[in-house]
Amino acid sequence: MKRQTLTSTLLRPQFAALAAVMFINWLLFPGFFTITWQDGRFFGSLIDVLNRGAPVAILAIGVTAVIATKGVDLSVGAVMAISGAVAAVMVSTGTPATIAIPIALLAGLVCGFWNGVLVTYLDIQPIIATLVLMVAGRGLAQLITEGSIVTFSDPLLSYIGTGALLGLPMPVVIALVLMIVTTLAVRRTALGLLIEAVGVNRSAARFAGISSRLLLLLVYSFAGFCAAIAGLIVAGDIRGADANNAGLWLELDAILAVVLGGTSLLGGRFSIPMSVVGALIIQAMNTGILISGFSPQFNLVVKSGVIILILVLQSPQAGQWISRRFVPTTPPAKRSAE
Amino acid sequence: MADEANPVLEARGIVKIFGQHRALDGVDFAVRPGEVHALLGENGAGKSTLIKILTGAYQPDGGEIMLDGAPVRFTDPLNAQGAGIGTVYQEVNLLPNRSVAENLFLGRQPTRFGLVQRKAIVSQAAALMATYGLDIDVRAELGSYSVAVQQIVAIARAVELSGKVLVLDEPTASLDRNEVDKLFDVVAKLKARGLGIIFITHFLDQVFALADRVTILRNGQLIGTRDLSQLTATEVVRMMLGKDLAYGHSALPVAEAAKGPVKVTFSGLGHAGRMAPFTLSLHEGEVVGVAGLLGSGRTEMARLMFGVDTADEGEITVSGKPVKIRNPAQAVMAGFGFCPEDRKLDGIFGELSVRENIIIALQAKLGWFRALHRDEQDEIAGRYADDLDIRAANHDMPVKLLSGGNQQKVILARWLANDPTFLILDEPTRGIDVGAHAEIVRTINRLREDGLALLVISSELDEVVAYSNRVVVMRDRQMVAELHGADITPAVIVGAIADNSIPTEAQV
Repeated sequence: MKRQTLTSTLLRPQFAALAAVMFINWLLFPGFFTITWQDGRFFGSLIDVLNRGAPVAILAIGVTAVIATKGVDLSVGAVMAISGAVAAVMVSTGTPATIAIPIALLAGLVCGFWNGVLVTYLDIQPIIATLVLMVAGRGLAQLITEGSIVTFSDPLLSYIGTGALLGLPMPVVIALVLMIVTTLAVRRTALGLLIEAVGVNRSAARFAGISSRLLLLLVYSFAGFCAAIAGLIVAGDIRGADANNAGLWLELDAILAVVLGGTSLLGGRFSIPMSVVGALIIQAMNTGILISGFSPQFNLVVKSGVIILILVLQSPQAGQWISRRFVPTTPPAKRSAE
Repeated sequence: MADEANPVLEARGIVKIFGQHRALDGVDFAVRPGEVHALLGENGAGKSTLIKILTGAYQPDGGEIMLDGAPVRFTDPLNAQGAGIGTVYQEVNLLPNRSVAENLFLGRQPTRFGLVQRKAIVSQAAALMATYGLDIDVRAELGSYSVAVQQIVAIARAVELSGKVLVLDEPTASLDRNEVDKLFDVVAKLKARGLGIIFITHFLDQVFALADRVTILRNGQLIGTRDLSQLTATEVVRMMLGKDLAYGHSALPVAEAAKGPVKVTFSGLGHAGRMAPFTLSLHEGEVVGVAGLLGSGRTEMARLMFGVDTADEGEITVSGKPVKIRNPAQAVMAGFGFCPEDRKLDGIFGELSVRENIIIALQAKLGWFRALHRDEQDEIAGRYADDLDIRAANHDMPVKLLSGGNQQKVILARWLANDPTFLILDEPTRGIDVGAHAEIVRTINRLREDGLALLVISSELDEVVAYSNRVVVMRDRQMVAELHGADITPAVIVGAIADNSIPTEAQV
């Protein structure tokens, strides 16, 4: 296997699934692929999928690294609420957004670091360790907002949720930049390999001299940081912080996006761009059900059906079956052994 | 000593095959009523497989089992237990959060009108424990008692349930001296009651203290069943390790003169309760072999050296400079490498590629930000794979698809890529085929010539003799002897493992 080519990447089942979901959306709503230019930015259902999918995509970017270490982070939804609450309360009491935003991001980082400490130093199972913050975090957010929905009119903060750059909605731009920067950060440094090594076999990683504690602290902190970004987007979008509902259940969508992207919950190999594709699949389904005129109650049932289908298609057994069935008996791609 | 009575439990010609591997190959075994029968063998000899077959956990692929002279077939452990064969494991398999009485009667509580009779349970349990010489409050939680008491409760339960044969699988491993004595009293009583007792342990002195006969297995073969009164410890060790002293040994010990200056020194390194302090210096271009039975502390020594377990006393110097090693990462920084005994658990990254498995330790040493470029990775992996003749279709295939021998070479390549000064190999040839065996021995000799200091732990005495400049012998978590030059023969090593009768340079 030489470096993966673009074609082999685009042939992955995730892209086929995304294309299929969008095709069905087009059948249900012929204007799905129509994009118009208005007021200096693009509009259309496709742009909407990207825009609405951005928060989950951003969460998924952070959670991917955590899952690659054989962990999981259930707290990201609650951390979204915390960061939104921190930013909203600060700007509504007169703090400039240029200070409120970094502090909200710092709050997310601290939350993630806390998870990392529970997992590495107290050796609590990740699912339990992050469950603590999933529950407590929302309470914390409610304490910060004092139980009410804090609204604001700060232009910079709402720009994060509703603005546009180069014609694209700001959340999409943020998600895209974060995806590229993170991918480069893990693949151009040794981080990606070391994270995979810890996820595959933590004991062997220790014997090989890898400081897995530092790595785990890093990935959990990063997941918190990503969640804080997503929280700012959601708060900016509604110009307010709703501690009860901001990011509610989104941690599950994020985990699902990662799994749809092909990263195993057992740790190891991961791909951040593919997790983003997973998030887009989820959002394309949500949007499709919405525009098709089905009642939203259908959403969950249809979604789960499609997800099972995608996961089955991804499994190695299905891959073997498909290649036996549909691929003519060409010899497997030859690679010169050296 | 048991008389020549008919055996209560007998196995004839037992064969068990796992995949390609014959774990047991025509093994006979018989335990008589009123005897303690020890079952000995190194790891992988087939002891636990045999026990699992006798207790119904595995089905044999050949041979038959007779209970009281009649052929039987145990479908599962419960079935064997009902037929009279009870087992007590090293880890007590009871419920620590329930009372002693409840544990004794779990699943067979005396009832009246469908209700459990608590008083009856308590009084019966107390009476039962008294027969074992234990006067304890049977209403207290089992977990509140020492492991030895729990062990005896487990024995009492097994005997009550079964009553013909009792299997004790390393019961003394987590007990101290007094507790062992207490346990032995109980076993002696049961023996007098006519039970057949199968006793598995790694402690030879306990075998001689308790057992009447011994059966020794090696590599799935029956080596022999003997009366212990006619055996010495040396003979038992020799049977276990398979060294026939009568034929002597031809391989010449490696010349001691070839070695260079001192490279690493471990002085007074130890960990309370796990490893008595030891002092050992290794020279450049020297291989120090470590011999000892399983559980003698040989792996513990290596783990302390590499910082896997943190030593609570002692110092380490590399090239004369003191270094602190409190975790493996620091050991790697100091130029150490460690090929662990359990490759799958502590060695390989199964899902990762051969290339990644080779460069991982070097990458860990370089840190997060000095990533090895893909071309460098390919070059390093290619060089060491060629060097060690690692046979893989390509270097991007998952390492888990390789054979055991090739996996071992991948781990060796990982450390060589790191340019180590000191390498620890724990059972480098275990579980790999004969061809790869010879290659690894050759590699060890070559690395010595390249000036590395190596510590090699092995149960294969022929190999230890073939590559070691010095051999240290471990027993009871202590370094008990250091052998040089002409003393490095399987016979002397076996003697040193078995007893104290040879001159030692043991460190305190």
